[in-house]
Amino acid sequence: MTKANSPKTKGSQTKSSQGSSAGTMARELSLRAYRTMLEARLLEEKLAALYRSGKIVGGVFLGRGQEALSVALGVHLRRGDIYAPLIRDQAGRLAFGDTILDTLRTYLGSSLGSMRGRDGNIHRGRPSEGYHAMISHLGAMVSTVCGGLVAKRFRGEKGAVGATCIGEGGTSTGSFHEGMNMAAVENLPLVVVVANNQYSYSTPNDRQFACSDLLSKATGYGVAGHRAVGNDLVDCLGVIGEAVAAARRGEGPQLVVADLLRLVGHGEHDDASYIPEAMKKSPLGRDCLELARHSLIEREWLSEEAADSWHKAVEKEVEETASKVLREPAPDPSEEDWNAFASHSIGRNL
Amino acid sequence: MSSITYLEAIRLAQQRALKEDPRVFIYGQDIGVFGGAFKATKNLAKEFPGRVLDAPISEDAMVGLAIGAAVEGMRPIVEMQFADFSTCGFNQIVNQAATLHYRTGTPCPIVVRLPSGGTPGSGPFHSQSMEAIYAHYPGLVVMTPATVEDAYTMLLEAIELEDPVIFCEHKFLYYHLKAERLPATVGEALPFGKARIARPGRDATIVAYSAMVHEALAAAEELMQDGYDIEVVDLRTVRPIDTDTILASVARTGRLLVVGEAWPWGGVAADVIARVATEGFGLLDAPPQRLNAKETPVPYHPALWGTHRPTASSVANSLRQLLEL
Repeated sequence: MTKANSPKTKGSQTKSSQGSSAGTMARELSLRAYRTMLEARLLEEKLAALYRSGKIVGGVFLGRGQEALSVALGVHLRRGDIYAPLIRDQAGRLAFGDTILDTLRTYLGSSLGSMRGRDGNIHRGRPSEGYHAMISHLGAMVSTVCGGLVAKRFRGEKGAVGATCIGEGGTSTGSFHEGMNMAAVENLPLVVVVANNQYSYSTPNDRQFACSDLLSKATGYGVAGHRAVGNDLVDCLGVIGEAVAAARRGEGPQLVVADLLRLVGHGEHDDASYIPEAMKKSPLGRDCLELARHSLIEREWLSEEAADSWHKAVEKEVEETASKVLREPAPDPSEEDWNAFASHSIGRNL
Repeated sequence: MSSITYLEAIRLAQQRALKEDPRVFIYGQDIGVFGGAFKATKNLAKEFPGRVLDAPISEDAMVGLAIGAAVEGMRPIVEMQFADFSTCGFNQIVNQAATLHYRTGTPCPIVVRLPSGGTPGSGPFHSQSMEAIYAHYPGLVVMTPATVEDAYTMLLEAIELEDPVIFCEHKFLYYHLKAERLPATVGEALPFGKARIARPGRDATIVAYSAMVHEALAAAEELMQDGYDIEVVDLRTVRPIDTDTILASVARTGRLLVVGEAWPWGGVAADVIARVATEGFGLLDAPPQRLNAKETPVPYHPALWGTHRPTASSVANSLRQLLEL
């Protein structure tokens, strides 16, 4: 991926804190993460607007409120790693190297996008570059990432990790269980981040699982467990950073569980009226983007002015990109080969 | 003189692939030191350390792992212990492996071996023929070898293909089907996707695949005594399907019987008949017929099982009826 780990803070008007190199790295990482969260948030707001104006067909599934957790995984991955994001991972995707341009192309069905209109919205990726394109069947990507890691082990490639994300609802699937168990048996450098956003679509946690703490599953699988505060960017960066580092060091699979709340419906068609007001007003319902901005400004890693100018710059980029993509051609059915096979030897006798 | 069984051909094809292609590994339950439930990987774990791996009882994750490894450039072979258990990995096969190339442009070259079909006493959950279900999904190649030679060359071919292959190897053929030698190269076999005229004839065509080819050949021998000369077409691969060879055969004989061990509803036999009716209606001198398993789960008792599936005798009866139409 071309943008993976590219410094996004270059030229930013931030105050320089004269700390240790570790402190500088933490600052740089936090700023890059925040900038990416901002991109994800503003891009998704544009997607919602395009959906409401009828420009996007199919679903729009947003990660509002989950950007901190998502980005914290994306920024800790690097070229050569494997990443299988899920439904609410716009921020992580951008951090891993996906672009605003390809996101818009996929949602708007541009023939120039990586999915060429053949699949849409969150089902995008470039598997050959380690960026998997999720299928809708939850849990399926856990074992898929395991397979990529097994391939790297066969080739003797060391130091790479594989990562995937899932919601608390996805942990109820057989696929999730099989994948976690397999990763543990093979002792693979896999990081699985569970965003426990309290509702799987509309189903509350007390109808989803009966264990008191999802993190206890880590013990059951025999993998390391980590807990993060899902809407606190600094905490997520620290916890997931340690999980990724442990996997890279060869310490086997790492399960991260983070509590949070999605601040939108399951999709843009859903008003999330089933989430009680009290929960929305609880600490779980705090907006991670606002918290991150506040926290970075408080640390003097980011100025109000810089944050505002980033906001404007990202908004401009999103608007300009959307205008461009809206003018791009849709896929032409008459130019499709309508052949699902990769082998050239398979002709028309299908 | 030594002879090679259908099962040994599958073992030897895997041995050769492991030897010649460092991208190949095999993953499945009990396939390591134990050598597999049917011994299709006997001694391979010892000969190729670390490349023939025991899997947990997790068909979904086994296929998922193969997909992820294939994306990273490997050529995984997954052994399902029985074809019937592939339903537990169905989602990964049809929703991820089959769609991957179409959606993303990244090929998914995996082989899923399915020990298929009935044997006496195996019952409802160790006897199924799954080819029609997988052939239904665009993006999957479905192979159904009927001979020892094809079991060998087609498995090697499956590993080379860029697409996911469902390799339906028939358990009934494992031990009693034998050949004196195996082809030295895949090039000695028919090209990929090409059906084989297993027996030339002029009075009627039987289209069959896998174990049913042998029932069809036996029925054809039986009808020789009645003075009929029956052509038998072995499909070899049910997806893609060699419609040209089928139509050419029907053009010679004018009559068609399709035989499949699977259930009839929406199956391979139904599809062959649909193709011939649509593309070769004028070639037919009689309504095309099909003979499949009876429409119940596969029964346990050998007496029931032997009647549930088409046999040489029931194929011969169907042929006689067809010839009188």
